[in-house]
Amino acid sequence: MGQQRETATFGMWIFLITEIMFFGGMFAAYLIYRLSYYQAWVDGSQRMDITLGAINTAVLIFSSLTMAMAVHSAQTGKRNLIIIFLILTLVLGTTFLGIKAVEYHDHWKNHEVPGQYFSGLDAEGHDKGWHDVAHTSLYFALYFAMTGMHATHMIIGAGLLIWLIIATYKGKFTENYFSPVENVGLYWHFVDIVWIYLFPLLYLISKKHSG
Amino acid sequence: MATVVTNQTVEKENYLNAGYGLKSWLLTSDHKRIAILYLISITVFFAIGGFFAMLIRLELLTPAGDLVQSDTYNKLFTMHGVVMVFFFLIPSIPATLGNFLVPLMVGAKDLAFPKINLLSWYLYVIGGITALVAMFVGGVDTGWTFYTPFSTTYSNTNVIPVAIGVFIAGFSSIFTGLNIIVTVHRMRAPGMTWGRLPLFIWSHYAASLIMVLGTPVIAITLVLAALERAFNIGIFNPQLGGDPVLFQHLFWFYSHPAVYIMILPSMAVISEIITCFSRKRVFGYEFVALSSIGIAVLGFLVWAHHMFVAGISVYAALVFSLLSYLVAIPSAVKVFNWTATMFKGSISFQTPMLYAFGFIGLFTIGGLTGLFLANLGVDVHVHDTYFVIAHFHYIMVGGALMGYLGGLHFWWPKMTGRMYPEAWAKLSALLVFVGFNLTFFPQFVLGYMGMPRRYHAYPPEFQVLNVLSTAGASVLAVGYLFPFFYLLWSLKYGAIAPNNPWNAVGLEWMTSSPPPTHNFEATPVVTWEAYDYENQPQEEVPVVR
Amino acid sequence: MAHEEHSASGEHIVSPKLYVGIFLFLMVMTALTVYAASVELHAWNPVVALVIATMKATTVILFFMHVKYSTRMTQIVILGALFFLFLLLGLTLTDYLSRAWMSYPSH
Repeated sequence: MGQQRETATFGMWIFLITEIMFFGGMFAAYLIYRLSYYQAWVDGSQRMDITLGAINTAVLIFSSLTMAMAVHSAQTGKRNLIIIFLILTLVLGTTFLGIKAVEYHDHWKNHEVPGQYFSGLDAEGHDKGWHDVAHTSLYFALYFAMTGMHATHMIIGAGLLIWLIIATYKGKFTENYFSPVENVGLYWHFVDIVWIYLFPLLYLISKKHSG
Repeated sequence: MATVVTNQTVEKENYLNAGYGLKSWLLTSDHKRIAILYLISITVFFAIGGFFAMLIRLELLTPAGDLVQSDTYNKLFTMHGVVMVFFFLIPSIPATLGNFLVPLMVGAKDLAFPKINLLSWYLYVIGGITALVAMFVGGVDTGWTFYTPFSTTYSNTNVIPVAIGVFIAGFSSIFTGLNIIVTVHRMRAPGMTWGRLPLFIWSHYAASLIMVLGTPVIAITLVLAALERAFNIGIFNPQLGGDPVLFQHLFWFYSHPAVYIMILPSMAVISEIITCFSRKRVFGYEFVALSSIGIAVLGFLVWAHHMFVAGISVYAALVFSLLSYLVAIPSAVKVFNWTATMFKGSISFQTPMLYAFGFIGLFTIGGLTGLFLANLGVDVHVHDTYFVIAHFHYIMVGGALMGYLGGLHFWWPKMTGRMYPEAWAKLSALLVFVGFNLTFFPQFVLGYMGMPRRYHAYPPEFQVLNVLSTAGASVLAVGYLFPFFYLLWSLKYGAIAPNNPWNAVGLEWMTSSPPPTHNFEATPVVTWEAYDYENQPQEEVPVVR
Repeated sequence: MAHEEHSASGEHIVSPKLYVGIFLFLMVMTALTVYAASVELHAWNPVVALVIATMKATTVILFFMHVKYSTRMTQIVILGALFFLFLLLGLTLTDYLSRAWMSYPSH
């Protein structure tokens, strides 16, 4: 069984490196535009809600803990604990997505979705003080692309968690066979790591102006 | 267990007759059946790509753009490129010969993840159909390179559906590569050390590294381009602050290594064929193996040589030019080593060997002209001309496709249990070689003389060479049609193949033709070096008790 | 070591205590990075943020993803992927960073 487990885990790691390169393309775009249009990046990130971002970071890290505990429970053959920790992970992941939805709505209200209605005026018509509206649109384009892709991966992760919960309930896993739990765990932690980088890169670019 | 085999009596149980009916094929997890499924679908796409090529060459018979309108011509060369690159060349050898042979060559029962293998085929088909429908209902005219802002803002064609099709097929490629990597690491039979692996495996392993590391980047690039096109987010649009050159960087980061995905598996085939038909172990095994890895790694360092005149910094261009010269070295090492393998070998000229000879000559020409293009000064002159087209067709068609055909013939007996008709096959190989050179050599001259690519109207002084090229294409087409017919014919009427018709060395030859579903009667134990043609082991494979 | 335990199949099991410890470390680092963003450090702001993020990511990889207890192969795979990621970022940057060096005649 050890050979099969290691093989499955190895396969998941290879898949994760494809994910690293997948997100990597967007990080490359982010890096290049940030170097070229730093002021626009500062202006854009000032519009992020650091509190919500920090809470979300904490939520995701907590969910990584519960996921690791789910794997631990699988290693020690404790079926009920696996289910509890998987459900906790799912709840935390959903919380993350909920907070993200609130943020997205906020940005949409304030004309920060790139495209036709993008503007330097907020929901009440006040000037947001942007130096370079066009390139700030680029910032938001990457913000939505990167966090959107991240959220998509979380939704897929949520689906995987539901599948795992059902499978655990049906008694599929023992302390000698729990590869899917472990490998979904790897996927989940990876998605957490992407957020660990997205948070400072998108939310914490420069000292916040007051107000 | 073994029964006397004739055309009429009971066949030994093998993967082909182990279960009948559509479901047994469409829901199979047998890597050999999946390879056949791929073989069929890839042939379909090759025919479609060839169809577009035929229309292009017909248009180019005359200087005036008189067969089709300019917009239609743009669609023709785009669709020819998209189909040939993404739906033929990238999957061709790895998904057919690779899928079939990798488990056999390492002594395993199947690939590491058989169900993912099947999934990869379905993704390929779904992606292919998506792209095809978009191509036939409206078309796409951006060039297979999808350069922005034309593809994202100005083109009025089905860019997004085709991009989606390519995206989905990309996952197919990733899963194939993932499967091969894990299989080679974890499923080798006892005694099959890395140093005893056939070079076919080394090259496929290297190609798989590229599939896994590079494909995701074009995936995200297509996503960003689609978002740009759908929502005008400005990321590649200079009017909104974006940079079209960034698209090119991201696009070519994959698409250059992609050409090594296309050529490495072909080189894999050549290593096997040359050793067998020279009855000699390969010269410098370690060098050839490491060169495969070298090509894969160096291949990721050179992409901006496609962008020398796109507006990148000249200093960056210098760096990429130098790196592009370096990447030629491992390829050259391989060509030298294959040649040295043949030296003092006992050479026979069966069809697979003919294709191998063709490969070596044509790939060398293609590769050397690549060096011309890597030179900044020369590239300024010949970029976007027929010189480039000739260069990559020498590599892709003269190289990759010849390897594919050679491999198909070499392992046809193993895959189908039948021999193909040798005389027809030799004739076809000759037609392919002659037709190919007649088609593409004039294009070097045309490009150097200044004929731009992607134009359907050209100055009259270029006509003679274009007519020669089209004539060559007709011969080439016949050369490709013949195998289609005689290989199919051989399925019913071909001579029954023995286990090892070529007396080749390799685990795949030590099981029946075609192999049983589980590949080997018992797990083989390997005690010999690769290409051990001096001391060929007996028919009986030592087994694990 | 107190936190090392082996399962029925002999593979290494990390103790829940260690997991909670790692979790607390990650929370502290998160708070630290938010705080550091409110301090004006000029060019060092992004550096500090990325260093902290990398420390967090490394911890998740080593402990939550068990890489500290995994095979050499796993570690090579991760390092290899990071190499190619930096290739993508770095080599693309050589273009953008050196464009400014190209001087054109002014008129």
